[in-house]
Amino acid sequence: MSGKAVREADRQREMTELALKQLGSLVYEQIRAREFPWIMIQSRSTDNIIYDQELKQYILGDRLIRRHSRNIAHIRPFAQLIWTAWFSRELLRHRKTSTLREVYYSARGQRDIEFKDQDESDNIITDLETALSRPREDFNIYPEERSAIFGDLTIEYTVPGYEGKRMNLTEHPDGVMIGPALTSAEFIETSADKVLVIEKGAMFTRLVEERAHEKFNAILIHTAGQAPRSTRSIIQRLNQLGKMPVYIFTDGDPWGVHIAMVIISGSANAAHLRGLATPDAKWIGVWATDIVKYRLPTEKLTDMDIKRLKELKKDPRYGGELWQREIDLFIKLGVKAELEAFSRYGLTYIVDKYLPDKLEGA
Amino acid sequence: MAEASYQSISPSDFFYRNREIAGFSNPSRALYSAVRELLENSLDACEARRVPPDIYLRIREVLPSKGEEGPEVYSLRIEDNGTGIPDEYIPLCFGKVFYGSKYILRQSRGTFGLGGTITILYGQITTHKPVRVASSIGKEIHEYEMMIDIEHNEPIVLRHEVHENKKGWRGTIVELQLEGDYSRSMNKIYEYLKQTAMVCPYADITFVDPKGRLYRFERATDQMPPPPRAVKPHPKGVDVETLRRMVASTRARNMKAFMMEHFQGVGEVTAERFLNTASIDPRTPPGELGPEDIVKLVRAANDFEEFNRPDPSCLSPIGEELLGMGIKKELNLTDADFLMAVQRRPSTYLGFPFIVEAAMAHGRSLARQGFSGITLYRFANKIPLLFDESSCVIWKAVNRNINWSTYLVSPDTPLVVAVHVCSTKIPYKSVGKEFLADQPEVEREITNAIRQLARHLRLYISRSIRMARERRRLSVFERFLPKIAEFSAKLADKEEIPDITPLLRAVGADLEEVERRIKEVPQVVGEGC
Repeated sequence: MSGKAVREADRQREMTELALKQLGSLVYEQIRAREFPWIMIQSRSTDNIIYDQELKQYILGDRLIRRHSRNIAHIRPFAQLIWTAWFSRELLRHRKTSTLREVYYSARGQRDIEFKDQDESDNIITDLETALSRPREDFNIYPEERSAIFGDLTIEYTVPGYEGKRMNLTEHPDGVMIGPALTSAEFIETSADKVLVIEKGAMFTRLVEERAHEKFNAILIHTAGQAPRSTRSIIQRLNQLGKMPVYIFTDGDPWGVHIAMVIISGSANAAHLRGLATPDAKWIGVWATDIVKYRLPTEKLTDMDIKRLKELKKDPRYGGELWQREIDLFIKLGVKAELEAFSRYGLTYIVDKYLPDKLEGA
Repeated sequence: MAEASYQSISPSDFFYRNREIAGFSNPSRALYSAVRELLENSLDACEARRVPPDIYLRIREVLPSKGEEGPEVYSLRIEDNGTGIPDEYIPLCFGKVFYGSKYILRQSRGTFGLGGTITILYGQITTHKPVRVASSIGKEIHEYEMMIDIEHNEPIVLRHEVHENKKGWRGTIVELQLEGDYSRSMNKIYEYLKQTAMVCPYADITFVDPKGRLYRFERATDQMPPPPRAVKPHPKGVDVETLRRMVASTRARNMKAFMMEHFQGVGEVTAERFLNTASIDPRTPPGELGPEDIVKLVRAANDFEEFNRPDPSCLSPIGEELLGMGIKKELNLTDADFLMAVQRRPSTYLGFPFIVEAAMAHGRSLARQGFSGITLYRFANKIPLLFDESSCVIWKAVNRNINWSTYLVSPDTPLVVAVHVCSTKIPYKSVGKEFLADQPEVEREITNAIRQLARHLRLYISRSIRMARERRRLSVFERFLPKIAEFSAKLADKEEIPDITPLLRAVGADLEEVERRIKEVPQVVGEGC
């Protein structure tokens, strides 16, 4: 009965294990052939990151680079890459997960492999993702999680000890943390017909309290700032598999705008990965026009805000009419508004009036 | 109006009153100067006899100081295997200032026969104890106990004994008491002995200090530099007074003969030409020259360009080989370190011949011993100069005239520069004999010697840098290849870790090549240029 989801997860894991083993065999055979081992991977330098209009996300270009252990500048990261591959395979074999931070610490004590700092280990993990074209979650490596999900969605766990266990995501009123277990879980059934993504925890809690999931028939997701990859991947799955439209609701400032955009189009940092972007998702507010229309309390834009807005205006992902209009208006008004600004009309205004308006408009 | 009283003072009296100018200004400096004066006399005596010196030096505490710190009375004893002093000269040599064997034009450490006596004088005035001297020229041994009559500059012999000399000992022993401060002068004395050993690698020096510690500076060779010869003065090095005396005492019948007989390198032609330019008739009998003529001659000699260069055979440089040897042994250098010595060709200043020798050392051995930056060792006629370094022309040459970065020397590069100037007259700036005046000729020779060495040093350093880079490169492969092999095998589920030695050999080949080339760097070599 618990069969299908677990089998699918097992199959994925075996594929990843196989890919890692193939990497090992390649290097092993090169050394046996008295050759300095090398691998080809896609270049992640900025000039090889291209915005794909069709996919509506950043992708890596065709340029390949050779990571060669004969090169004195490459040999250390090369050794670290092989170690990290081995470490990931151990994780998969023992069905354990690890955080980015833990990977950094696990290399401690491995003389010469040791990472200088977490940036270095994060970077090697990204290399491994690029080399095998798989996200780190496939290697059971996760970032620290802070985002959460709530709503009528039944999932089935595939992690050891919980295989086949099901849970409905309304069971916990604080929402369920989006961690490794949830990320690898299978979606079984839902009555929801849309996904509502919120930037801030306080607003998420308010929506749960106001039973917004029932009112709008939605699954609520809280990103806690810039959405982590696993969260983006879940949003994408709900959108693709469940055919659910996705609505994003952020602060009305350049940083909120960009949180929405990364969910929609992905980030340059993850240009080597697919399956993280949700091009159909819609940003529904807070817009600059909302500030005028709802006469929201505002704060002045800082120099940093204005600089960021001007950068966004030139970014190819912001080519659309809506984006250009809103950015121009933000700059023209010189103000911004937070989600909490709606509180001036009472605590329930946002659920009773604003959201219905916006969802209808979208 | 007070009546002035006039009196002449003896040289002993003069130095008694002005002892600071001879290096006896305070108890710690006095002990250092005493060691130095006696040691230099002993070394000169051994070199005069052409035997490798065997010197034993002992300082013993006789009376502890009254307070916690301050002067104490020490007994100082030095034994050498030098020429020894003939019986009849012993009291005069040690009991009369300005008496000695050094008033000839030949390079030696002392110049005036002053040092030994002033030391004894200082001992006497601070402790009122007699000096004991035993000496033999190979026959019987004469032992004296005596003091100096300071007012009259005369020795007072208190005791004289003659001993049988069954073993045929030759040499001199001096023992005296003096006020000093060993704890303050300890470092300088040690440094002095060490640097002396550096320029006299053929000497064996043993030192027992007041705390009973034994210091040995062992000889590295029996080979000694060729001895200096006594030579006639060069016409350019003569002053009015000297010339007046020479004219007064000569037996030459005319000025042409006088010039040829009393000066070096003056033949018939040169003598006539010179006298013509000085407008002196070559046939003039020397006795008929007036005072103006003598002044005229000295001036003319200074301007005359046709004299031969001064004869350097009166000089006794150490030689490139011995200098290198001495520095190598005292600084514990290995063959892997850079060490090179050069000797410049003889040159002259103001009519005095001089030779500059220099040596340079650099390498890991120095770094290990804590050397950092340039350490300068200065020597004049084989005497280490330890004080007033920055007033010395050698310091100026090293620190002002050389742009070290040209030679890849950075401020913390461990580098030893040793410079030896030998001359019949060292251009000391003061009686204390601790630093050399800025004679342009001397400065130029020193600077050139250092440049010559530094050019070779530059090669060594640039090769070391390349070598280090190669070594670092190889070590990177040695560190990471095993890891790649180990984890790729694990990842591929292979039992056996693949062999990386062929890969290491492929990158290591270059290293051997570099190593071979670096061996070609000259070690101690004497190439004239």
